[in-house]
Amino acid sequence: MNRLLPWRVAAWALGIIPLVFAVKWTVQSRLGPNPVEFLEHYTGDWTLRLLLTTLGMTPLRMLTRLTEPIRVRRILGLWTFAFLCLHFSMYLIFDLSFSVAQLAEDLVKRTYITLGFTAWLMLLSLAVTSTTAWQRRLKRRWITLHQLIYPAAILGAIHYLWLVKADTREPLIYLAILLILLAFRLPWSQLVSRWRLRTSAILKPCDPPD
Amino acid sequence: MLIKVAHPHPIKSSEITPEAVHTDRRRFLRQMGLVTAGAALAGYGRTEPTTAEANLAPLNVVRKSEMAGGENVTAYADITHYNNFYEFGSAKEDPARNAGRLRTRPWSVVVDGECEAPGRIDIDELLKPQALEERIYRHRCVEAWSMVAPWIGLPLSDLLKRFKPTSKAKYVAFTTLYDPKQMPETARGVLSWPYREGLRIDEAMHPLAFLSVGLYGRVLPNQDGAPLRLTLPWKYGFKSIKSIVRIQFTEWQPETTWNQLAPQEYGFYSNVNPAVDHPRWSQAQERRLGELFKRKTLMFNGYPEVASLYSRMDLRSQF
Repeated sequence: MNRLLPWRVAAWALGIIPLVFAVKWTVQSRLGPNPVEFLEHYTGDWTLRLLLTTLGMTPLRMLTRLTEPIRVRRILGLWTFAFLCLHFSMYLIFDLSFSVAQLAEDLVKRTYITLGFTAWLMLLSLAVTSTTAWQRRLKRRWITLHQLIYPAAILGAIHYLWLVKADTREPLIYLAILLILLAFRLPWSQLVSRWRLRTSAILKPCDPPD
Repeated sequence: MLIKVAHPHPIKSSEITPEAVHTDRRRFLRQMGLVTAGAALAGYGRTEPTTAEANLAPLNVVRKSEMAGGENVTAYADITHYNNFYEFGSAKEDPARNAGRLRTRPWSVVVDGECEAPGRIDIDELLKPQALEERIYRHRCVEAWSMVAPWIGLPLSDLLKRFKPTSKAKYVAFTTLYDPKQMPETARGVLSWPYREGLRIDEAMHPLAFLSVGLYGRVLPNQDGAPLRLTLPWKYGFKSIKSIVRIQFTEWQPETTWNQLAPQEYGFYSNVNPAVDHPRWSQAQERRLGELFKRKTLMFNGYPEVASLYSRMDLRSQF
């Protein structure tokens, strides 16, 4: 438990610190000439950053063989969802003024909204079933369900790329990091790690098998 | 020529609070500790110019025209810290940070093409015979944000006529300065430089088409397009080209930068039109800088007097 504590603190800090800054800048009127746009971009950026961090835990475990990254994954995932909800509420409140008709129009006409909304629905189902009770109830299907994080992340990155006018550098950086993190899950990366295990087994025969 | 526009609630320009008094009121309010979190979110309390901008020379004007339906003028700090000027970076705050490198004197403008009196003219020579006036115009960006700005300058037609365009001059093409030394951000090549824009000759000669050299009573800050920029209140903001170095009369429709990059998204005309959406977002509404909720976008941005320019056109296909 003590070894997990700094990991838990770090995971909570990753969610709380950007939130504290958002509140601080709002109160201090430091959001710039277009505060709504600032907060929409800020919460969207942090959703993607936290999502990429969550997806980085499995590769981190593969590289370090520590189990702690996996044990803070839920905290990171829920913070991702919290920022996504803030992002979505900014849009619902200030862009749509709660108009359901306009939301429907956007969902049909604007592909980047469709993608973002679909990603929100996916993460909503993951957040709801994130408890240990749901984990037990769904058993092996829980793992299948929670693989929805992969399409959700891809949709999120494309959602950002789609709305940029000309300077695609930042969304492409997010997309590139995502693809690298996803690449760790592909069969060839298993082959590589198997190869790594074999060579390290030769060097350190006492290591337990992964 | 002064254009009279009928407005439901006209405000005389003499009734508009001078910038200095306006700025001081903000400071007074802040000292009283009256700035609430709500007002802070709405973006109040940030109107004072920085030292660099306060050093900009004041300009004398012969006439002031309120042409934004009596709507509140956007704060100076917002107009000067929320810019699209990709030569100085693609984020809204980049131009205010980077445009200090732009040298606006000496500055000359080349006027050529289908005209009888072409030439290269120094900016001060260009402006000497022109009386300056102030016009308060709405400004609507294609990204669905907007502002109201008090520009200082001259009608575009006054300047163009001095070069005696011939009957072959069907269009006017404009070019922004392209100097990678002053604009290192252009090395990333987000757009194809130099930035180019264009108008049909009758649009360019319309009394609303304006050339700006100043803002809020002073010389234009670099990030807003110093020393010379177009101000076309009925068109999306990117048509109002900044830091002009060349004006060319042409017989054929000139290539324009955003149209070249994505012709299906940015038309040559790009008149503000709430009924024609951008392929990726709606143009029916806009967010005014300093406001939280969106407001309805007006046809031709609320300047119906330009409608006759397009009376025979299908504005859906020729957007």
